[in-house]
Amino acid sequence: MSQEHLAVYEVFVRSARGLDHKHVGSLHAESPEHALMYARDCYIRRSEGVSIWVVEAKNITASQDEDLENFVEPMDDKPYRHATHYVLPDSVNNM
Amino acid sequence: MDNDKNEERPAMQPQDEAALLDEFERKIKAEEKIEPTDWMPEAYRKNLIRQMSQHAHSEVIGMQPEGNWISRSPSLRRKAVLLAKVQDEGGHGLYLYSATETLGISRSEMIEALQTGKAKYASIFNYPTLTWADVGAIGWLVDGAAIVNQISLQRTSYGPYSRAMIRICKEESFHQRQGYEIMYQLAKGTPEQKQMAQDSMNRFWWPSLMMFGPHDSESAHSGQSMKWKIKRQSNDELRQKFIDQTVPQIEVLGLEMPDPEIKWNEERGHYDSGEINWEEFYQVINGSGPCNHQRIKHHVKAHEDGEWVREAVRAYRAKQQAKSEENAA
Repeated sequence: MSQEHLAVYEVFVRSARGLDHKHVGSLHAESPEHALMYARDCYIRRSEGVSIWVVEAKNITASQDEDLENFVEPMDDKPYRHATHYVLPDSVNNM
Repeated sequence: MDNDKNEERPAMQPQDEAALLDEFERKIKAEEKIEPTDWMPEAYRKNLIRQMSQHAHSEVIGMQPEGNWISRSPSLRRKAVLLAKVQDEGGHGLYLYSATETLGISRSEMIEALQTGKAKYASIFNYPTLTWADVGAIGWLVDGAAIVNQISLQRTSYGPYSRAMIRICKEESFHQRQGYEIMYQLAKGTPEQKQMAQDSMNRFWWPSLMMFGPHDSESAHSGQSMKWKIKRQSNDELRQKFIDQTVPQIEVLGLEMPDPEIKWNEERGHYDSGEINWEEFYQVINGSGPCNHQRIKHHVKAHEDGEWVREAVRAYRAKQQAKSEENAA
């Protein structure tokens, strides 16, 4: 069996306690348990992390570039969601 | 957000537990965060569930006093801003409920505890919003007090709580600034508008100070929470910080101080202030505030009114499942 027929897993690593898991890459594996071992061997050989999540790629639902306009554009006309929208006197502007 | 669920583990031997406790305390001492899959003392878990769920409930119940003014905002801009703020509060509730769920309690258990009065929420939301200026006072003072508390909680020892606080703090600045902007415009407006701002600040000042909880000497959970670094600064320390940063903001508004005893103390390097009416604090906490009954009643009604949506979701899921089984057959 060639590697391409194995499932793709996305790998997330927590670099230190208290931080979010961050996506670091992907790999092929025959089971979630093996994916975890391969992820350890591939991605944290130099103490890059203290915790790993592996998720089979097909289980991830992702936004699509072509839909992005509908997703993001409605936010662009709401500048009042940003703190900088509010003009305050200098002496209290650090709020 | 973490979704780790704590699995049932077999009963442990006392010596195992002692070793686990040592390791837990080592992490706390070394400023390493505790993560959902780590062993933790039952009392730590319980204490966190109490504090975090109370925090989540406060975000959600806090939508009511401000929501009261959405349909009566004085301009379209103010309406859009207020809608965006209340929407944020709902989001903050979600971050916090999700973070609390990592401790092994379900959303429905938490909501049940809120609705039956077993869980508390910030007592300030039991006060009514009588005028438009109250929307300004809440954004400025109530969110201002919440920010002081939440900045401190970014360093809490429980990872998911700390991360939720970091996310929430990023969004809070807008809340406080829009509130102050409302107060500033009223305070610099007609004499009637200025009076409205003054009255609102006077009413919300004391309940805002109460948000930090009882004096350190009276606080039931503080000692253990500080030891486990769930809380990083004491109630009185945080309250003083809030007073010190807010007094100059009152001066910029040109309003009268809400407490005649507020005075700079050169020696302490802090503002002195008058004593809080603790009797009122305990009355409101224990259910006798002006709006306690109304807040919970409304929450129950909103929850029940939303049942058809949950039902639709379940029906959709069942239909999708049936369809995929049909296709597989």
